[in-house]
Amino acid sequence: MSDTKAFARAAAKELANTQLRANLYRATHTIRAKRAAAVSELPDWEELREAGRAIKQHVLEHLDRYLLEFEQALTAAGGHVHWARDAAEANAIVARVVKAARADEAVKVKSLTTDEIGLNEALEAAGIHALETDFAELILQLDGDTPSHILVPAIHRNRTEIRDLFRRTIAGPELGDDPRELAAAARRYLRERFLRAKVGISGANFGIAETGTIVVVESEGNGRMCTTLPHILISVLGIEKLLPRFEDLGVFLQLLPRSSTGERMNPYTSLWTGVTPGDGPKELHVVLLDNGRTRVLSDAKGRQALACIRCSACLNVCPVYERAGGHAYESVYPGPIGAILTPQLADLAGGTASLPYASSLCGACYDVCPVKIRIPEVLLHLRGRVVAEKIGRADPERAGLETLAAIFADRNRYERAQRLGRVLRRSRIRAAAARLPGPLRDWMQARDLPDVPPQSFRDWWRSEKQ
Amino acid sequence: MRARDEILARVRDAVRPTDTGSDPAAYRRVGMRPPEELADLFAERVSAYRATVLHTPKGDVRAAVESACLESRARRLGVPVDLPVQWRPRTLEVVVDDALDIPELDGLDGVLTGCELAVAETGTIVLAGGARSGRRALTLVPDLHICVVEADQIVELVPEAIARLGSVTRDTGRPLTLVSGPSATSDIELDRVEGVHGPRRLVVVIAE
Repeated sequence: MSDTKAFARAAAKELANTQLRANLYRATHTIRAKRAAAVSELPDWEELREAGRAIKQHVLEHLDRYLLEFEQALTAAGGHVHWARDAAEANAIVARVVKAARADEAVKVKSLTTDEIGLNEALEAAGIHALETDFAELILQLDGDTPSHILVPAIHRNRTEIRDLFRRTIAGPELGDDPRELAAAARRYLRERFLRAKVGISGANFGIAETGTIVVVESEGNGRMCTTLPHILISVLGIEKLLPRFEDLGVFLQLLPRSSTGERMNPYTSLWTGVTPGDGPKELHVVLLDNGRTRVLSDAKGRQALACIRCSACLNVCPVYERAGGHAYESVYPGPIGAILTPQLADLAGGTASLPYASSLCGACYDVCPVKIRIPEVLLHLRGRVVAEKIGRADPERAGLETLAAIFADRNRYERAQRLGRVLRRSRIRAAAARLPGPLRDWMQARDLPDVPPQSFRDWWRSEKQ
Repeated sequence: MRARDEILARVRDAVRPTDTGSDPAAYRRVGMRPPEELADLFAERVSAYRATVLHTPKGDVRAAVESACLESRARRLGVPVDLPVQWRPRTLEVVVDDALDIPELDGLDGVLTGCELAVAETGTIVLAGGARSGRRALTLVPDLHICVVEADQIVELVPEAIARLGSVTRDTGRPLTLVSGPSATSDIELDRVEGVHGPRRLVVVIAE
């Protein structure tokens, strides 16, 4: 049964955290300004967005063809392609490859897709430690915490909290809270682990169908470490991440960094095409993951969510995200994109049915989306699906709206209702509603009753004519 | 049914192909700036990432490299096998990368390479294994990367670079690394810190 209140409950808890709100406000506004500057520099930004949208739509509509082309190209280049219907199947494939290498540790590049399938926990259960090497992911892993932003997952932690955590876990008591010092501590801790790692695990930002090339975009160099030094590299790729041709990167490598970090280009982008003798991993595995994506694909209006390139620009402009933070979405994919992607991947199960309501429908997310996903349209579409699922069940909101529809459909009923409204007056209705238990009070919490004017237009018209 | 066949069947079930083209929009594919402006634009954009930029005539690359090493106190410099001899410094130890192992790479103070090409608008260097760029580990493990960019290797736009790299990929399948400044993180309160896991210092020598 779907739960349409889960987000509101979780958000209420997060809203009470003033530290979190201060961090979020500063962070989202800083990135917003950087993004705006980086985007305004390009005279053809709108053309790039349109190209990005069109390429993604084309891929999704011909996905079978491009999956096969990618598999063929990558196999020809010396890679192994695996297919996984769901999370369990993907995790089992990764565990099998790591075990075959007789390794009990793997270094890992930040990847939302592997978070989505709970890869780290699954590997831990198989006796394999997956070490997160992205700075923010390392912080979260050391503290058993979860990400709250797509790009800066530890956005809810400030420098003092990070210093205290590092003192407890990977550094000595003399460690200060200067970001430079904290980054150096992470470098020291991870370096020997990079240099001795046998297995690397990554996600991917893009896979090129034409050539079998995999692309990872990053900043810190941990991605290069994980994809270059180990003998074996495993990349988990959602099936929607494909681009038809190598040349398409000319569009996406402009859209992504400027939308994401607000940089002209991110420090490092790694592209590899199968195995190259004498350079990098000797064994290459790619896991193509469905895990609900084909279900999203079957919804003609909702499928545009699969065009997402995970830039997180929509989070940074969202008035709801800015206040509630990422944890309130209770999903790997927070913010506006999460509000349309998560419920679809989960088929509106449980609390995910509340996410389409986690929006004021202001539309700022669409304006910044580099691939022009019409997020408000999909939110409304999903609300419709949530409501449609309730048909045939007792639902007070639905009953109320049906009564309202009946009143509005008939002139006499409408005018009687207006007169009744004037008699009851706003304050008394409000007071009564606030005392009521359950659904009506919930409903009134986020809505204002307009003042009922002393005279309606129709009454005024009649009095003027006489 | 095998996972592969089942996923493909689900995809075919889910969506009916239309004849939408994949790339209709008229974004800039070719730059309009005169070629002589590209080196300056590239230098400005690389500097914005807090990399060090040195300009030098083509014949004086060695001297520029030597002074960069002196300033960084680098004494052992790794180079790819095919690096031009006239670029290699004489004032310090040069170690040729003939399959050095990881501890040996870790023992280097820095690395000197060329590049495949560079992008002016974004201040990006592209390394393409072999061809003067070195293999990936060589430009990753040492803490200092000195990269020589010849002025005629600079293109203006990302799509121009990608078009050329598409040919490299189709012809050779070599791994590519796009480098825009030294490694960095903004994970702590969005304060940018240069130098995390990749080389903490990037010196770009533009040879004109």
